[in-house]
Amino acid sequence: MRFPLLATGLMAALVNLAAPAAEAFCGFYVGKADTSLFNDASQVVLVRDGERTVVTMSNDYKGELTDFALVVPVPVVLKREQIHVGERRHIERLDAYSAPRLVEYFDRDPCAPVQMEKRMSAMGAAPGAKGGGGGSMDKSLGVTVEAQYTVGEYDILILSATESEGLETWLRESGYKIPPKASKALAPYIKQDMKFFVAKVNLKEQKATGFSYLRPLQMAYESKKFMLPIRLGMANARGPQDLVIYALTRQGRVESSNYRTVKVPSDMDVPVYVKEEFNQFYPALFSKAHEKAEKRALLTEYVWDMGWCDPCAADPLSNEELRALGVYWVNEGDGVRGAMGGVPVTLTRLHARYDGEHFPEDLVFQVTNDKQNFQARYVLRHAFKGEMKCDEGKEYLLQLDKRHRKEAETLAELTGWSLGTITKKMGADAPGKKPAKDQEGSWYQKLWK
Amino acid sequence: MPPATWLPRDPRLLQIAFLSTFLMLGVGWLGFDVPPWQPPLIALTACATQWAMTRWMRTPPAGYLSPIITSLGLSLLLRTDAFWVGPFAAAVAISSKFLLRARGKHLFNPTNLGLVVAMLLTQHAWCSPSQWGHGAAQWGWFAAFGLAVAHRSFRSDVSLAFLGAWVLLKAARVFYLGAPWTSLQHQLSAGGLILFTFFMISDPKTTPDHRAGRVLFAVAVAGLAFFLLHGLWWQNALVWSLALLSPFTPLIDRLLPANRFQWPSGGASPRTDACASPSSQPA
Repeated sequence: MRFPLLATGLMAALVNLAAPAAEAFCGFYVGKADTSLFNDASQVVLVRDGERTVVTMSNDYKGELTDFALVVPVPVVLKREQIHVGERRHIERLDAYSAPRLVEYFDRDPCAPVQMEKRMSAMGAAPGAKGGGGGSMDKSLGVTVEAQYTVGEYDILILSATESEGLETWLRESGYKIPPKASKALAPYIKQDMKFFVAKVNLKEQKATGFSYLRPLQMAYESKKFMLPIRLGMANARGPQDLVIYALTRQGRVESSNYRTVKVPSDMDVPVYVKEEFNQFYPALFSKAHEKAEKRALLTEYVWDMGWCDPCAADPLSNEELRALGVYWVNEGDGVRGAMGGVPVTLTRLHARYDGEHFPEDLVFQVTNDKQNFQARYVLRHAFKGEMKCDEGKEYLLQLDKRHRKEAETLAELTGWSLGTITKKMGADAPGKKPAKDQEGSWYQKLWK
Repeated sequence: MPPATWLPRDPRLLQIAFLSTFLMLGVGWLGFDVPPWQPPLIALTACATQWAMTRWMRTPPAGYLSPIITSLGLSLLLRTDAFWVGPFAAAVAISSKFLLRARGKHLFNPTNLGLVVAMLLTQHAWCSPSQWGHGAAQWGWFAAFGLAVAHRSFRSDVSLAFLGAWVLLKAARVFYLGAPWTSLQHQLSAGGLILFTFFMISDPKTTPDHRAGRVLFAVAVAGLAFFLLHGLWWQNALVWSLALLSPFTPLIDRLLPANRFQWPSGGASPRTDACASPSSQPA
C-alpha cells in the first residue's frame, strides 16, 4: 500500500483541452502549458477567507485501488459534513484557465498606410463566464479514532495520536504500508496537536460511482493555520516533486511566508518556432527559473481576478464551478461577468518543485492585499513576409533582424538551450540570414498554399 | 575593539551603505516586487516630512541620515500595489518621531510604525518576509556581523540579546517537534530577520536607556513574536511584536534610568562604556 501525501506521485492526466483561439486585446492566444507537462505534478486548490479554508486534493492515482491510501495532517477533527468528494473537471478548468500561455501577433506591412491601426477593435471583453463517529482508542499505541465516515468512494478515518511510533504501528497493523522514515515525519504534526485524515478506497462504493478514476477529496474547516503539509510526502519520495497550488481568496494574491515566492519570467518575445515546441519550452523555462531561485522558491504563474482574463487560455470559472471548489462567498447568478468586470475572487497559481533538502519545512502561506494581475505569457511575432518596395521596408528588415537576434538570446537565457540550436531551428528567421534574393518570387509560392 | 579607521564614525552611514546595497540587490537581482520609482519617492517624502516637522515643531535640525535609513527600511519591507502607500508610510514614520514622544524620546521605531500603520489602515499594504534568497541572506548575516566586529558603533546589545533569545526559542521548538535541524537554518536565513535584528529593534533612540532594560526589552520582543507566530499564526510577527511592546519603553526607562543616547554626529560626545554602543537604525 502506498503512503502518499497530497497525492504524492499522483499526476493529473489532464485532457489537453482543445482551447478555442479566443480573441483578446493582448494578441491571440495560441497555446498553453498545463500541468500535464510535468510528471508527478500534484494539484491542490486552497480556498481561504479569514480562517475558513477549503482544500481540494486532486487525485490521479493509477495503481490498484486496494493499494491506495492517503494520509494528510489536518488542524482539526473534521465532521462528516466537512468532507466532500469533488469533481475532477473543476480542477482541470482551473488548470486550463491559469496555465502559462503563448500569444501571437502578426507584423503589418510596413509599406501599407497607417490607417490599419484604427481598426484595432475596442478592448475585447473576455468571454463571460457563464457519520459515523468513532471514539475507540488503542491506549497502548496512543492512537484515537476520532471519527470514521464513508464519503463517496472513500473510507475515511480521522485519527489523533500522542506519539509517532504508536501511530506508525497502528497504521501498519491496520494494513497501511508505511515507509521507514514515516514515524520521524509524523512526529512534528503530533506535537503540534494536528489530526490525521486517512482515506482508503471503498471498492463497493467506488464501483457504484461508475467512475474509472478516484475523484478529488475536499475538506472544509476553520483554522488559524494556512499551510500545506508537504514534509510527510517526502518520506517516500524518489526525487523532487511538482506541486501546483491554486489559491482562491477574496482579498488578493497568496504567497508563501516562509519561502521565497517569485514570479516566473513572463512577457518575453520568443522565436515563432516555439509554437511547435511549447511543450518543451515551458518545462525548460520552469526548470531554469527554479534553479535560479536556488531551488527554494515557489513560482507564481498566474494571479488574476476570476471575473475575466486577457488573453484567455480558457473561460473563467462560473460561480457554480467556484462554489463547487469551495468559494462559498459567491452565489450562482451573482454579478454580471465579462467586460473586465471583476468578481471578488482572486486566483493565484503557485508552482513548487520541492525536495527534502531545499524544503525543510511545510509551506506556510499568507493572503496579501495585492490585486495586481500577472500571467506567464510568451509572445510570438510573425514577420511580414510580403513584398516591400518602400524605404520603410528596408528599415523594417533591418529592425527585424535585430529583433530575431534578441528573441534567440531571450530563448537561450530562459531555457538554457544553446544559441546554435535555436538559430538553426529558427530557419529563415535566424538572425544574420539575408532575405532570399528571390523575394519577389515568394508571391507565387504562397499563391496556392 | 577600536572602530576600523577606514570606516565612518557615524554608524548611520554604514547602515545606509548596507541597506542600499541590499535594496539594489533585491530589486536588480532577487526580483523584489518594488517599482524603481518607489524608493526615491519614499525617501523624498521622508526627507520632506523631516524638514516640515523640524520647522513646525521648532526643533533643532537633526540632518537627513535618519529619514534616509527609514526610507530604505520601508522600501525593503513594505509592499504595495498603490503608489501613495509608500509615501504615506514614510510620512507616518517620520511624523511619529515628532508627535509620539514620551520622556523626551520618540516611542516607536519609525520604519516599524510606518509598516504597521500602512498594513492596518490601508487595503493596499503587505509585508513579504521571505523575499530574500538563501544566498543573499547568508551574505547579509556575514556583512552585518562583519560590520559589527569592525565597527563598535554597529554593535548592539539589543540586537545580540534579541538574536540570542530568538535562536534559542526557535531551536527549542525544532528540538521539541523533532523537526529536522535544517528547518532551523532555513528559518534563520530569512532576510527580514537580518533587517529586524540590525536595523529595527536595535534603534538606540527607541530602546530603553539602561543596558539591563534593553536586554529585557529585546527578550520580551522575541518572546512575544514567538507566541504570535507559533501560537496565533500571525504573519510578520516580529514587526507586530515590536510595535506592541514599544509603548513599554518609557516604563522600563523609569524603572531603570540611565543616560540618553546621542548619535556621534549629534553634537554630544559618544559614550565610552561598551553598553552605549550606538547601534543602528533611525533616530
